[in-house]
Amino acid sequence: MTLHLENVELAFDKLCVLNSINLTVETGEFVCLLGPSGCGKTSTLRVCAGLETPKKGRVIVDDVVMTDGNKVMAPEKRQIGFLFQDFALFPHLNVYHNVAFGLKGWKKADIDDRVFEVLKQVRMDKYAKALPHQLSGGQQQRIALARAMAPKPKIILLDEPFSGLDSGLRAEIRDETLHVLKTSNVAAVMVTHDPEEAMFMADRIVLMKAGNIVQDGTPSELYANPVDHFAASFFGEVNTLKGVIQNNQAKTILGYVPAEGFREGEKVDVLVRPQNIKIQTITDQIKPTEQAHIEAARYLGRESLLHIRLENGSGESTHIHARVEGHRLPEENESIMAVMDYEHALVFRAS
Amino acid sequence: MSASLTTIKIKQLLNGWSLFTVITALIIASPVFIVVAYVFVPSGEVWTHLANTVLPNYISNSVILLIGVGLGTLIVGTGCAWLVTMCEFPGRKIFEWALLLPLAVPAYVIAYTYTGLLDYAGPVQEFLRELFGWRSARDYWFPEIRTLWGATTMFTLVLYPYVYMLSRAAFLEQSICVLEVSRTLGRTPWQSFKDVAFPLARPAIAAGTALALMETLNDFGTVHFFAVDTFTTGIYRTWFGMGEPAAAAQLGACMLIFIVSLIALERYSRGQAAYHHTTVRYRALRKLQINGIKQILCLIACILPVFLGFVLPAGILLNWTFATTEWWMTLQFWEFAFNSFILATVAALLAVVLAVLMAYGARLQPSLFTKIGVRAASIGYAVPGSVLAVGIMLPFAWTDNLIDSWAREYLGFSTGLILSGTIVAVVFAYVVRFLSVSYNAIEAGLGKVTKNMDCAARTLGHGPGETLRKVHLPLIRASMFSAGILVFVDVMKELPATMIMRPFNFTTLAVRTFELASDEQLAEASSAALAIVLVGIIPVIMISRTIAKSRPGHES
Repeated sequence: MTLHLENVELAFDKLCVLNSINLTVETGEFVCLLGPSGCGKTSTLRVCAGLETPKKGRVIVDDVVMTDGNKVMAPEKRQIGFLFQDFALFPHLNVYHNVAFGLKGWKKADIDDRVFEVLKQVRMDKYAKALPHQLSGGQQQRIALARAMAPKPKIILLDEPFSGLDSGLRAEIRDETLHVLKTSNVAAVMVTHDPEEAMFMADRIVLMKAGNIVQDGTPSELYANPVDHFAASFFGEVNTLKGVIQNNQAKTILGYVPAEGFREGEKVDVLVRPQNIKIQTITDQIKPTEQAHIEAARYLGRESLLHIRLENGSGESTHIHARVEGHRLPEENESIMAVMDYEHALVFRAS
Repeated sequence: MSASLTTIKIKQLLNGWSLFTVITALIIASPVFIVVAYVFVPSGEVWTHLANTVLPNYISNSVILLIGVGLGTLIVGTGCAWLVTMCEFPGRKIFEWALLLPLAVPAYVIAYTYTGLLDYAGPVQEFLRELFGWRSARDYWFPEIRTLWGATTMFTLVLYPYVYMLSRAAFLEQSICVLEVSRTLGRTPWQSFKDVAFPLARPAIAAGTALALMETLNDFGTVHFFAVDTFTTGIYRTWFGMGEPAAAAQLGACMLIFIVSLIALERYSRGQAAYHHTTVRYRALRKLQINGIKQILCLIACILPVFLGFVLPAGILLNWTFATTEWWMTLQFWEFAFNSFILATVAALLAVVLAVLMAYGARLQPSLFTKIGVRAASIGYAVPGSVLAVGIMLPFAWTDNLIDSWAREYLGFSTGLILSGTIVAVVFAYVVRFLSVSYNAIEAGLGKVTKNMDCAARTLGHGPGETLRKVHLPLIRASMFSAGILVFVDVMKELPATMIMRPFNFTTLAVRTFELASDEQLAEASSAALAIVLVGIIPVIMISRTIAKSRPGHES
């Protein structure tokens, strides 16, 4: 079972929302569409479900064309499950009838079996008679998941399904949802704007920006080898240092970083995550070229966050963050030496 | 496989739902177009004459009436709605439905009643004269009821329930959470009303006020009886008195400017505000506990509209009816009552079914086409019944003649009148006139069903028709019911169109009331008037119950 998008373009009136999206999702795979709001991730999901009709391009599910720019299959014929951000439970139906809603044309006994089967999966079988408003947010989310899963869809689409839940509950529900989906062996596509959530859930992450796919890969690929500044900064804080290419190296305030494929003298941004910056105490042996001062130091439990001000000789200053282990914090205004882990530094053309 | 695919282009242009919406809209709007088309029919000196003499008077009277009734219904309707939804005071449960009662009293009926009560020969002035020993009208001052201000008061008293009903429904449907949020952010109950509840309910309040004002503009019975010259009386006089349908239609077109600005105002106040409730959780409303003097003020605020708008006039009618027992005992009376009831039921059913299908069609395909269609179909409400009647009679008569001459030529017999001068024409007039009443209510109801509900049903394998049946219809049941009752009551009260279009020898209660009251036989008119009022009461109670039940999260 595969979901396949080919050069999908979508526009609302004249506003282009999706710009040639290509995407493939295999059975059992969990793919996250990740990106800032307005990047087109939800629109992509709606195109898959048939809730939006693309201007161009094809959507294919298991060799069956859902839409090819001329013809379109109605959403009710696609057998694609959809989990909505606001759950969209039918307020006039109880849990049982909500879950049974999609089991059209099933025998009564089969409906009973299937409803309780999925309700058990989400541990809500005791609530069959409850009305949606009598349930907590987490319970509503579980029912919405059960409802989407009940007709045994080949593909399930999830639109920010956890954003309405508080953080403690979110982790729990997220975990459960992942297990339910993984044991059901469906192809799942989830939209989120939270990179941590995407990394937690996804086999593969598709990073989007302004209607385009920026990068498509495993969480570790996206984290370790982002294709650009945007991709790098989306997965957590980065310090940006200005640099200039000299002999295939980027010269920055924290020293030289190997940089292949740039012109001599080109301006670059060198990105380094806070955990890849270390500090050393200044001794007589070590005389750094730059001046580094601690502006603030905060103990965060597992690690500490240091705010460091770097100054080069010519009076330019840069503010960077460093995450360091241990709880011995340097004093404010203490002069230290900051060292960058070159292995993990990323060099991109200056934006 | 290809059978399950639909061509996108066909889908966008010829989707069955939107096609239905647009075609129905065209049919419904056609009488209005015909009337408007009369603007281009030269009427020569008649128009110049009208413009030079009576037109400024019509305009100023109509404007004053609109402002007065608008403010009156807004304050009374919204205020009472807020009090009974949010405050706890003795008798609140009774007022919840009692405040709707004046809806059962047509403006012309309340006008006849208060005239009988307050004019020189009426019991009030007689009592005062006796009490103070006055001899004639020169001895004292008493407000003259048959004036512009009298008319404004009459309209306010019977039309505020439109605002009350819609704003109360809106208040009930608001999540208590937003109000509690407001309280925790330091707003007093009154400020919460002003800053949160009122703006949230604004679409409903605007819709209610717009309905009340359109009723005001349409009225013929009251202003005719009070001799307040407005567009409606002017149209009537120009048409039937002067025999100038073209000039009458042109006056109607002038009036449309008022209507168009009213509609624009209502739309504007809705704005982008298709407020979906942000929380899916509802709890029973906790009413404000008030005490002492405030409770008494609450009581007075709720008693006054009910008493003046219903209890007093209904009491007077009852009194007169018993004084004139003979007539309502006759078979003729019951025949008129049956005529009214059947007409109202058929028209209400049709109006609701059409409104649901059209509103859903517009929702499925929110294209420019459907939007224009729906707007066009709803202008019928704005056009006075009398003017609408011409717009329908002309094409119907034309069609009848065409069919008749065709039948004579090819079939050898005469078909007579099929459309014009039959019940069909009257019911069509009602649907044209009142479709927007039901449409507004249905559309507001559908607005509360989030778009994701549609999407959820669709992705769970239900087509548009099934989604309507299984999701929307149960969720908008209350709105459908309100819509049906509104149309029913309106048809019961409807006067000018019925007068003109009714089949020969077909009389309804409203027509009978008007005929008798015009002859100053106020007491004799009372039994028919009372019957209209009584029939109106039952559905009014039913509306109230349905609204209270329809609050999401309350098992019905």
